[in-house]
Amino acid sequence: MSDPADLTIVEAAAALRSEDLTAVELLAAVRRRAAMTEANIHAYLTIDVEGAEASARAADDAFAGGEDRGPLQGIPIALKDNMVTRGLETTASSQILAGWHPPYDATVVTRLRDAGAVIVGKTNLDEFAMGSSTENSAYGTSRNPWDPERVPGGSSGGSAAAVAVGSALAALGSDTGGSVRQPASLCGVVGMKPTYGLVSRYGLIAFASSLDQIGPITRSVADALAVLQGISGHDPEDATSYRGELPDFGSQIDRGVEGLKIGVVSELSGEGTEPAVAAEFRTMLQRLEGAGAEIKELSLPSTAYALSAYYLIAPAECSANLARFDGVRFGLRLDGGTVEEMMGATRAAGFGPEVIRRILLGTYALSAGYYDAFYGQAQKVRTLVIDDFKQAYEQADVLVTPTSPTTAFKVGERTDDPLAMYLSDLCTIPSNLSGDPGISVPTGVDDAGLPIGFQVLAPALAEPLMFRVAQAVEDLAGFDARPTLASSEGAA
Amino acid sequence: MTWEVVIGIETHVELRTESKMFCGCPVGFGAEPNTAVCPVCLGLPGALPVPNEKAIEWTMRLGLALDCDVTQQSLFHRKNYFYADMPKNYQISQFDFPLCVGGHLDVTTSDGDRRIGITRVHLEEDTGKSTHLGEGGRIGSSGGALVDFNRAGIPLMEVVSEPDIRTPEEARVYAQELRAVVLALGVSDARLEEGSMRFDANISLRSEGATELGVKVEVKNMNSLRSLQRALSHEIERQTKILDEGGAIAQETRHWDEEAGRTEAGRSKEEASDYRYFSEPDLVPLVVTDEVVAGLRSELPELPAQTRARFAAAGVDSIAARVLVGGSLGSLFDEAVVAGAAAPEVAKWLTGEVTAHLNREGADPPALSLDGAALAELIAMVEAGDLSSTAAKQVLEGVLTGEGQPRQVAEARDLIQIRDEEALAEAVAAVVAAHPEEMGRIADGDGKLIGFLVGQVMKATGGKADPRRVSELIRESS
Repeated sequence: MSDPADLTIVEAAAALRSEDLTAVELLAAVRRRAAMTEANIHAYLTIDVEGAEASARAADDAFAGGEDRGPLQGIPIALKDNMVTRGLETTASSQILAGWHPPYDATVVTRLRDAGAVIVGKTNLDEFAMGSSTENSAYGTSRNPWDPERVPGGSSGGSAAAVAVGSALAALGSDTGGSVRQPASLCGVVGMKPTYGLVSRYGLIAFASSLDQIGPITRSVADALAVLQGISGHDPEDATSYRGELPDFGSQIDRGVEGLKIGVVSELSGEGTEPAVAAEFRTMLQRLEGAGAEIKELSLPSTAYALSAYYLIAPAECSANLARFDGVRFGLRLDGGTVEEMMGATRAAGFGPEVIRRILLGTYALSAGYYDAFYGQAQKVRTLVIDDFKQAYEQADVLVTPTSPTTAFKVGERTDDPLAMYLSDLCTIPSNLSGDPGISVPTGVDDAGLPIGFQVLAPALAEPLMFRVAQAVEDLAGFDARPTLASSEGAA
Repeated sequence: MTWEVVIGIETHVELRTESKMFCGCPVGFGAEPNTAVCPVCLGLPGALPVPNEKAIEWTMRLGLALDCDVTQQSLFHRKNYFYADMPKNYQISQFDFPLCVGGHLDVTTSDGDRRIGITRVHLEEDTGKSTHLGEGGRIGSSGGALVDFNRAGIPLMEVVSEPDIRTPEEARVYAQELRAVVLALGVSDARLEEGSMRFDANISLRSEGATELGVKVEVKNMNSLRSLQRALSHEIERQTKILDEGGAIAQETRHWDEEAGRTEAGRSKEEASDYRYFSEPDLVPLVVTDEVVAGLRSELPELPAQTRARFAAAGVDSIAARVLVGGSLGSLFDEAVVAGAAAPEVAKWLTGEVTAHLNREGADPPALSLDGAALAELIAMVEAGDLSSTAAKQVLEGVLTGEGQPRQVAEARDLIQIRDEEALAEAVAAVVAAHPEEMGRIADGDGKLIGFLVGQVMKATGGKADPRRVSELIRESS
């Protein structure tokens, strides 16, 4: 057998049940991979040695006792460090939360534990999920396993890098403007953002509440489906959680694309897209057409304003969401002569420059006299984006775009140019504004050997259709390349 | 120049729901600091609010009791400002789509009846409580501060009146009537001293006949109805003086200092605040159907104005009716009447001795060891001649201090009047025999001495004789 760290969830689940592999062995393999790669990749902020071992033993005991809680039992999964874990340090990559041990588990953490999953540790991110490269982490930049000179994308860069390199079989990320899909694309793995409300946000340290959604990062479409099935469903602790009956996410996954209308969003696949990315995208369109799908060029005119609207709405919400980090009840506290001075000093020292930039932007956008021109206008654009998507889905079953206009960029390349960095999320942001699901599937590499992702977007709650197309894309691409670091020789 | 006074009142009422507004923590007083808390009401990272449906329902009930319209779709907003006892540094409140809008409350003052408009009734969450250590009341000058978050997240209803109030008395009566409505609905204990009901007043003066409003001052920190009236009277004097001297009123928040009897300027910073309201993305819009509203309306209890009208119809005078309702004595009144006592007599006891007792003890009617049946029993004993009115007061005192039911107390304290004619005649005869001189003067027409002899008989009987009957017997003997 190959190194268990390289298995997909589906493969590992089979091996665990055929008694070829134990959960303890699987965890050890993943841990070994982390030991070999962490020095170069820095995917993790915290590795929960004892907790993970206890969970792996419990999973083996369960198997031995005939107890089977489904495909995640015994599977090593990493969590982006903006999901709170009881007793396990959670920082959201910010100095302001250094040393904070939450007194409770996020709902997704509880669900993973209940499903028998083994939580390996907490992965690096851009501070409070604000960024597209993990360079905004207060605890160092994560590196791309395909080229450590390059970023893994972000903000869930640590999660994507861990899955790509094999230091976890799957990971959870959070996607506010593409933070699951873009790093998945840059790291050559699958990243999925569910319909807003399908996965509870309780215990996810909020960046922008109306946009944030937790999603899986995995090595295959089938694995993404397995993780989504484990973490989704109504949560009474989250008032925005979906209350209706869940669709059977995997019900159409084997049906192929014959007869489906696939819409290509012209605004999101033209100008600004790197030639190699555009070429790879077109190749996949031809294959889809060859498989019986009808390819239609569509226009989403409002997407021209989506990025601007996003960079008003998300900062506005974050300016309030991050107000609680004040040194009074938890985390960092600096001295001050008055309470106001204490809060000011704590926040100035505890937040990094990008977080401060967004808090200031958001505070300004909500201020009296500016609200209508900025926040109010952005909300109108959001309504237009929703309407545009609705119209587009009358003409096509799903929409497709490149996930990211470029492949992984070099560390430091965009840090001085926030606008260039913001453009990384051009193709992913619209579906956060609309609340619809999206998935990035790796289809190939560019001339430098860097992975390229293909994005499938679907209407709200149409995950079954989204998985169906994504599975077809994965099958048609036949992408099986792995980063050089993801091997036993790696950095050992 | 004659100035017209314009007052509007914002009232905050803490709801006595079982759990807090957005989490399952218990609502209540007296717990150890920071024990009734959880990730949600502490504003920990990742925690999310889930609205308390009971609190929403109760707010709609108050709105309906004040004749407001219930908004079919209302929204929660975030009100952003930094304060150490506010966990999230924003308060979840309501802004441009409150639950209830456009009602009124009718009040009666010494000047007659007035209808005070209600702008809105909305729902929000309370903050924690700061205790400043060291000298000075302000954070900056003190040696530190402690924060108790037990109160943080308790449902808080805000009732905003129109600027329809014209006198401090009217303000007090409005506040009193609103409190009576809240108590009748049973949604809060509405204790002013403990802060579960709080009043802030906006007051401005304008020249008589002017249509534009003057510069308003917000007066805070009035924790009794009396201090509300006093603070506003003081503020009218202060503003009148400034305006009469040609000065200008500063728009500011002023705090009432009960001991000094004056208002003092607060931090001017508060006026500069921009709350940057935006709709709360962690919550969905509140949709209320006509059926729900109709259901709540049909379940409204009798409101204070209706109760007073009913008492008046039963023969209770209007002042007594007001005291009964204002003092939450209505249900005790009803019980006593049901138990057979005459309404005016019940009202007399409740507004007299019982109210005096409550005021002395600072207690609330529900804590009384007196129920309606006991009060009716006491009244019946007086009517039957078993108790003198003086003895009845002593019996009531015994009942109120938990000595038992009226007859038990009267017997234990040996206060039952002697109704045995023979025994009474004997006692009178003995006194008459011992005072021949006085009897002679009575016979000569000196009626004043009868009282003296009655006193002697009362003394001899340990106060248990009926003085009226004794007086009659003495006259018969002379």
